[in-house]
Amino acid sequence: MTLPVIVGAGPAGVRAAQALAAHGLRPVLVDEAPRAGGQVYRRPPAHFRRSPAELYGSEAARAVALHAAADALADRIDHRPDSLVWNAQGGVLDVLQRGRIERLPYDGLIVATGATDRVLPVPGWTLPGVTTLGGAQVALKFQGCAIGERVVLMGSGPLLYLVAYQYAKAGARVVAVLDSARLADQVAALPLMLTRPAILMKGAWYVAWLRAHGVPIVRDARPLRIVGGERVEGVEFEQGDRLQAIECDAVGIGHALRSETQLPDLLGCRFAFDELQRAHLPLRDAAGRSSVPGLYLAGDGAGILGADAAEWAGERAALALLEDRGLPVDAARARALEQRLAGLRPFRRGLERAFPFPIDWAARADDELIVCRCEHLSAGQLRRTVRETGADDINRLKALSRVGMGRCQGRMCGVAATEILAQACGRPVGEVGRLRGQAPIKPVPLSALSSAPSAVPEPEAAA
Amino acid sequence: MTDAPTPRRPLLVRLAETGRARVAFTLDGAPAAALEGDTVLTAVLTQRDRLRRNEFSGAPRAGFCLMGACQDCWIATADGERLRACSTFIAPGMALLSGEGAA
Repeated sequence: MTLPVIVGAGPAGVRAAQALAAHGLRPVLVDEAPRAGGQVYRRPPAHFRRSPAELYGSEAARAVALHAAADALADRIDHRPDSLVWNAQGGVLDVLQRGRIERLPYDGLIVATGATDRVLPVPGWTLPGVTTLGGAQVALKFQGCAIGERVVLMGSGPLLYLVAYQYAKAGARVVAVLDSARLADQVAALPLMLTRPAILMKGAWYVAWLRAHGVPIVRDARPLRIVGGERVEGVEFEQGDRLQAIECDAVGIGHALRSETQLPDLLGCRFAFDELQRAHLPLRDAAGRSSVPGLYLAGDGAGILGADAAEWAGERAALALLEDRGLPVDAARARALEQRLAGLRPFRRGLERAFPFPIDWAARADDELIVCRCEHLSAGQLRRTVRETGADDINRLKALSRVGMGRCQGRMCGVAATEILAQACGRPVGEVGRLRGQAPIKPVPLSALSSAPSAVPEPEAAA
Repeated sequence: MTDAPTPRRPLLVRLAETGRARVAFTLDGAPAAALEGDTVLTAVLTQRDRLRRNEFSGAPRAGFCLMGACQDCWIATADGERLRACSTFIAPGMALLSGEGAA
């Protein structure tokens, strides 16, 4: 019998699996990580000793609850850790599982692939010692390491302050937090953010804690460059007209998050530009149904709304899958989940107001700035391609310049390349297209392909 | 002060979980030790400041996202394999090549 499959074992995927199992189904839960939890509640290897409070701080109770839910499902679902879904087509997923390739047909698919940091490059961002903010957090949570001895965290967004707090609390030396947002942005966002006073207070508390512990916080800080020859030696930034320099040996950077949308893309979902998130996102209804029948989207992978929302959306998407199979579900519960999700929207807008995207980033980016870290392409090379060819679509620019074609497939450079393109061709960023996903969506070793099952029966529907 | 004789000061700093069993491996042919549960990235960057050089720029690289998305933390093994360092655990006897050699 073909089973429903969930991709991603973070907050959305685990709650989706739990809801399907509660209704008597036995879903397959495929995840790249060795243990369920996702990035936000990522679990260190089993023999590590830190307590949940040390690992997850104020989110410890949520993390423990999600891990417990995942553990309790062990006998009731088919959990496949260490497994990368690298292609999706015609009702079948191609999965790389510990060096071997498997074909996994599905009857109903919930995609909960989460997000990565949204990165706006600055000169020097490829130096050893620079990680994403999320990466800095992974080093600490998953490995008990800081990314350096003197750490600068910069960019903007809630993660900036959370990582700074977690680092300082764990004993790392955070020499500065550089936020590109202005205090005035954060004040202006208050009315919207007061719709979720508890989350707002948590954020304010991190800032107060950092100040009380002597961690300098600079707002309206424009990163100019990360300085260093073969590794990070410092950071230069501008505050107003004032040029400032800080010595450090590690930098965490990020401007909020971006969704991982490759699988819905490969499966033919309709996308639309979302002004708030400044990104093309797969369309879905309030329950999480995509434009493709039998394909459901949940969590940050379909638009950034955070971990709590991901849990609700995962459960709601699972209920939608059950409803669509004609199975009885608790309609009141489904409605309540949708209301909770809708209730978060004003706060979400508030976050965007508090930590606005620096819309002049592309205009300020020098021609020498490396945009593509995989293949070393500069902003100037992209602009020249636009000038010489008239390219005004990101896939055309990709074909002509190779930006987005390297190993990361645009995960790290896509946002920046799109901004540079829009600036260079003078069109709004929503009108220059979106990078199309390509299989394999992450590199697959050739040695694994030789293990691929031969004589695969063609799936009935070749779309 | 710290960088005069050798540029090999490690990148990562261990803050917790240091009571784990040691795992012996080799880095550029020299014996090295990591801790059980370290990723290859942690194992290398707690003793070095790079994983490899970028094939286009020749500049040193040491990973970036640490969550399997950026694909920038590849490191070579002595038998010609490439490992994604952030999501591969160190194993006893692994032979890793940063391409730098011990100075």
